[in-house]
Amino acid sequence: MSQIKSLADLKKKREEIKTGLDVRIKSIDPENHVQVKVAMATCGIASGAKPIMEFFVEQLDRRNIPGVVTQTGCMGYCFAEPTVEIKLPGKDPVVFGYVDLKKADLIIEKYIKEGELIDGIIPVNYETIDSKE
Amino acid sequence: MSKYNMHILVCGGTGCQSSQSDAILSNLRDEIEAKGLSDKVQVILTGCFGFCEKGPIVKIIPDNTFYTQVKPEDAQIIVEEHIIKGRKVDRLLYRNPETKDAVGDSKHMGFFKKQLRIVLRNCGFIDPENIDEYIARDGYMALGKVISEMTPQQVIQEIKDSGQRGRGGAGFPTGLKWEIASKNKSDEKYVVCNADEGDPGAFMDRSVLEGDPHSVLEAMAICGYAIGASQGLIYIRAEYPLAIHRLKIAIDQAREYGLLGNNIFGSDFSFDIKLRYGAGAFVCGEETALIHSMEGLRGEPTIKPPFPAESGFKGKPTNVNNVETLAAIPIIILKGANWYNKIGTEKSKGTKVFALAGKINNVGLIEVPMGTTLREIIFEIGGGIRDGKKFKAVQTGGPSGGCLMEKHLDTPIDFDNLVAAGSMMGSGGMIVMDEDNCMVSVAKFFLEFTVEESCGKCAPCRIGNKRLYELLNQITEGKGSMEDLDRLRNMSVVIKDSALCGLGQTSPNPVLSTLDNFMDEYVAHVKDKKCPAGKCKNLMEYYIIPENCVGCTACARICPVNAIAGERKEVHQINHDVCIKCGACKDKCKFDAIIIR
Repeated sequence: MSQIKSLADLKKKREEIKTGLDVRIKSIDPENHVQVKVAMATCGIASGAKPIMEFFVEQLDRRNIPGVVTQTGCMGYCFAEPTVEIKLPGKDPVVFGYVDLKKADLIIEKYIKEGELIDGIIPVNYETIDSKE
Repeated sequence: MSKYNMHILVCGGTGCQSSQSDAILSNLRDEIEAKGLSDKVQVILTGCFGFCEKGPIVKIIPDNTFYTQVKPEDAQIIVEEHIIKGRKVDRLLYRNPETKDAVGDSKHMGFFKKQLRIVLRNCGFIDPENIDEYIARDGYMALGKVISEMTPQQVIQEIKDSGQRGRGGAGFPTGLKWEIASKNKSDEKYVVCNADEGDPGAFMDRSVLEGDPHSVLEAMAICGYAIGASQGLIYIRAEYPLAIHRLKIAIDQAREYGLLGNNIFGSDFSFDIKLRYGAGAFVCGEETALIHSMEGLRGEPTIKPPFPAESGFKGKPTNVNNVETLAAIPIIILKGANWYNKIGTEKSKGTKVFALAGKINNVGLIEVPMGTTLREIIFEIGGGIRDGKKFKAVQTGGPSGGCLMEKHLDTPIDFDNLVAAGSMMGSGGMIVMDEDNCMVSVAKFFLEFTVEESCGKCAPCRIGNKRLYELLNQITEGKGSMEDLDRLRNMSVVIKDSALCGLGQTSPNPVLSTLDNFMDEYVAHVKDKKCPAGKCKNLMEYYIIPENCVGCTACARICPVNAIAGERKEVHQINHDVCIKCGACKDKCKFDAIIIR
């Protein structure tokens, strides 16, 4: 371990380490970040959700979008797997079906960056315990 | 540093650790390893989440899933279901005590909603044994800022402006304390952290030291810079082995980074910290007694002045601050006095940590802004009274504080309001009592503690408290008279006025406040020889209601002293001369035929 000899040293050190705690820090106020939830139940994984999830994790980071990528269980849209739910800050969540790598790229570029809706949205037709509160 | 998608935080506070959180941690790590997820999921041990009621706690990030009462064997299902398949494990989720609904996200838990965590900001969030995680949370930035950009006077001014008052009990302004210590000229000065947490039921200092030890170290160094001291001492009770262990690790790591030691941040300021162990005497929380104990003398208080700021450890100017006071300092420096003094009430700024205990649903550690009402704390954060019973009183301030009742529930809590209501802030213990608590017994309990812990130096505390205890004991045994109540009050006032140290002066508070607020209960004990709560054994009698008794003989069979007589299928009777009032018959009776009166 190297010694910290100035405030600049400490700041540098902090930046080095900070990414490691990124996920935790964002989880304090997830509402202020882009939340990507990839359905990773058996049906999702069988249809190829795993590489989609990895793509989101990698690309959000690479394109400098502050986001949290998590996995969820089966949402019941097994016919449309892989499905991805995107929740932009201050907006209702939107679920995209039949997501492949090309579509994932489009979701990031169009919806996440521009807020522009694209084809393949599955209308929300359920209520959660959370929304009932 | 590799980037993890998910973090599993396992509570490593003393409470959860005694319920096998170590085994949970290692099982989770093994499970993650076995499933080949080591580069995606990070498993770490954190400090206390505060929700000790339902420990051990496991929290999954980023979705803020809050698992309660986890067992080591649950590691497998958590990894297989939650981590791999993304399905929350329903049976481990926290449940709303009223609706019984599972709460998936800790943000929706009433326990956390009303809290504002400043002192506890890193508890349950970072790995306390890893200085890097503290640095990632802006750790040591405040120390860097004061050394590189501020003069000692500016630091003191900032703390004064923030309005912070010491969290150890009396509420003395921190900035003023620092200023006095800084003005006293000496070749050597000392910064002492008082970690001798002695109030029954209070454990916030322990949790801060276990969950975020670096915040205290950083604050001590800031204080050292401000008052011109180069040595820090943490006086901690040996009964806190986990806190000591984590402090040692933290001090070593800080030294390795050069954040403690010589020429910190390349300046000519040097500061180092050592630990001093106490044997757990209550009086050693008093600063003069604490200093004597550190010097190797008997832990007895001496008369102030001289204050430690003039002549403390080894006769040098010494600044003593409590753990909770110190833990807020780095944030005050970083965010500024104007940020801090907007939180709280007019004369009490910032937040206060309370340890909730007693007959409350959510036993644990909470932090709220000053000015939050007792009702919000007890009923919203604390989840109300256990088993749907009725609230009766809340004891704040430990053995130095008093009991507050229903009418005080809507008082905004701060140092001055609590004193006005006949109690005090103390270190922040809050013991909640329901209708089954006898207030005379409660006062007796605290007096028993004070008598046990009195150092014996001054007569008012040594003899006076003993007499108070004896009087209370007589009353609970039904041998008290109305004159005894006057005697209680008079003696309490005398002790208050004449005891040597703060602990002795406040020791009669539980008696005075219960006399003030629950006089009728005292009178019932003395005049009617009855204990309204049914707690004082000598004042109660078990009685069988003839209409309810079916003569099943269950009570007669369970009675250990054969005090119950009666034929089968006929009403039984209790022989009160023989009955030892153990209550076994009442517990056994299926027909609610046995009552206390």
